[in-house]
Amino acid sequence: MKSRFVRMAALLLALLFAAGAAVAAEPIKIGALFSVTGPPSFLGEPERNTAQMVVDDINKAGGIKGRPIELVVYDTTGDPTKAVQLATKLIKDDNVVAIIGPSTTGETMAVKPVTEKEQIPLISCAAGIKIADPVNPCTFKTAQNDTLAVERIYEHLQKHKITKVAILTVSDGFGASGREQLKNQAAKFGITLTVDDTFGPKDTDMTAQLTKIRGSEAQAIICWGTNPGPAVVAKNARQLGIKLPMFMSHGVSSKKFIELAGDAAEGIILPTGRVIVADLLPPSDPQKKALMTYVMNYKQRYGVEGDHFGGHAWDAVMLLKKALDQGADTPATIREEIE
Amino acid sequence: MRRELIKFALFAAVVLVIPATIKGGYLLNVLVFVGINTMLAVGLNLLLGFAGQISLGQAAFYGLGAYLSGILTATYGWNPWTAMAVAAIAVGILAFVIGFPILKLKGHYLAMATLGFGIIIYIVFNEYVDVTGGPSGFSGVPGLSLGDLHFDSDLKSYYLIWTMALLVMLLAVNLTQSRIGRALRAIHDSEVAARVLGVNARLLKVQVFTCSAIISGLAGSLYAHTVTFISPSTFGFHFSVELLTMVIIGGLGSIYGSCLGAALLTLLPEFLRTFQDYDIVVYGLLLIIMTMFLPGGLVQGFELLWMGMRRLRPGRAGRNA
Repeated sequence: MKSRFVRMAALLLALLFAAGAAVAAEPIKIGALFSVTGPPSFLGEPERNTAQMVVDDINKAGGIKGRPIELVVYDTTGDPTKAVQLATKLIKDDNVVAIIGPSTTGETMAVKPVTEKEQIPLISCAAGIKIADPVNPCTFKTAQNDTLAVERIYEHLQKHKITKVAILTVSDGFGASGREQLKNQAAKFGITLTVDDTFGPKDTDMTAQLTKIRGSEAQAIICWGTNPGPAVVAKNARQLGIKLPMFMSHGVSSKKFIELAGDAAEGIILPTGRVIVADLLPPSDPQKKALMTYVMNYKQRYGVEGDHFGGHAWDAVMLLKKALDQGADTPATIREEIE
Repeated sequence: MRRELIKFALFAAVVLVIPATIKGGYLLNVLVFVGINTMLAVGLNLLLGFAGQISLGQAAFYGLGAYLSGILTATYGWNPWTAMAVAAIAVGILAFVIGFPILKLKGHYLAMATLGFGIIIYIVFNEYVDVTGGPSGFSGVPGLSLGDLHFDSDLKSYYLIWTMALLVMLLAVNLTQSRIGRALRAIHDSEVAARVLGVNARLLKVQVFTCSAIISGLAGSLYAHTVTFISPSTFGFHFSVELLTMVIIGGLGSIYGSCLGAALLTLLPEFLRTFQDYDIVVYGLLLIIMTMFLPGGLVQGFELLWMGMRRLRPGRAGRNA
């Protein structure tokens, strides 16, 4: 008796589901690869949160021409091998039309051959210049180029007649890419690098490198890295009484850096996206409204302020949305539309 | 020995039939990596399970194989097969040279020394930017091909890598059944006793260390040519520990156990994905439970199951009669 009831209930449920599926339009599947855990989790987590938030908002507003977006997120833990496997999974098992991410340059470079072979648009959230150079029709990225960030810093230096600079870069993908740009563009701005040193991503003391810089003729320090290294650099410089102006990269442009470095963060100059300073922008800025909404929504939903890493994911989803709005819903059409 | 060969043939048949039974493209892709990890785990098991010598530097040999193969083909335009052979030989020579001083150490000290070696190699991959591409990785490694056959799909890679893995397993099974295998086990139990009985323990340890390094190097080359991109984070300390877990979970001293361990540790995270954010917790718990209740590894679990079934059968027959 009981088993018959269960069977009936199951049948009823199955029917309901079938009916429900028939009514709702087929969702558009988008894949996402973020390193939500692992060393680059400071990138992956805000990116995942943001992407989910934006997709939910789009769906609440009726989706794309009545079709909801389904976001399939996988955690790569910052491991390129995993990123490759998961990209294959997204393409072959989940049949996504496009992929957002991964979070780091290394992972993106690993995934690129796979997505290119399968002709699936990849919108990376990493900054490395290698991703889009040489240009490939299937690969896009939303993060600012390192080139731009370096140019901004050098322009500033030129304006202040600083010609001798010490650079201190982290030995990971982000730092290596920044170091290359810093070295390549120095001559163009009449800048000589007096010290070119690196630090490990997990180092907790940089006094050795800073002492070397203090002994050199450098007039300014450029530190290129992502948290927590640069905060240590700032603190150590303060402890050693180094008064040189210090510049940092967009890799630390989040509130977290100020938290980590404390007072030592005072007076540090860095190039960044507008998201971080959204509330300080003049009202006339065309991006202000969008940025403020993003920051507020993020805070409302996750309790912390949105940063520019999440912003890259926001850009990526919005880029896709634009393409989808134009009626593109296959990998090939989306690719053309984004371009 | 004959029983061993039959066992191996059965296993090989299963491995070669698997692709026909699954349809998902993704699972096949993961199974390719299971093959690579099997090679690595078998290599480490020869050293740890049979000779009783620990190594926390296997990822370094794996990485050296990958980088040498990658650099020789992508930067210098070598033929991938030649590069693979040269890489394996180079890794072997390196292991042989460092093996003599390192393997004089025992227990924790040996673990420390191999760990140190692993970290040094990792730093070289990371910092020698001009050659290795540094932390952002090394791309453009060509894929493998045999004449007109290009190993560019998961199915083809599967057969290539599993053929290699099966060869390595056959070699390992053969080795452990031989006089050398018995000598290695004797070293494991008591090095002094083995030496008294005329086993050249020192040389034998270095030889098995070299052998396991060559297998790891080979696996690294295969990885580089299959993924076509390599970066240092794949070959860090973390991976050495993961390999150690594979060997121990699978069963020390069992070649098939290593394959099981590699399969479990590579596939389990994929199946645990349904737990979403809690997958790592479940994964850790499962590993703890397995080591607590099956200290001899998964292989022991299967043996217990087999024995339990045997005991049940006569009992059931008695009840029926």
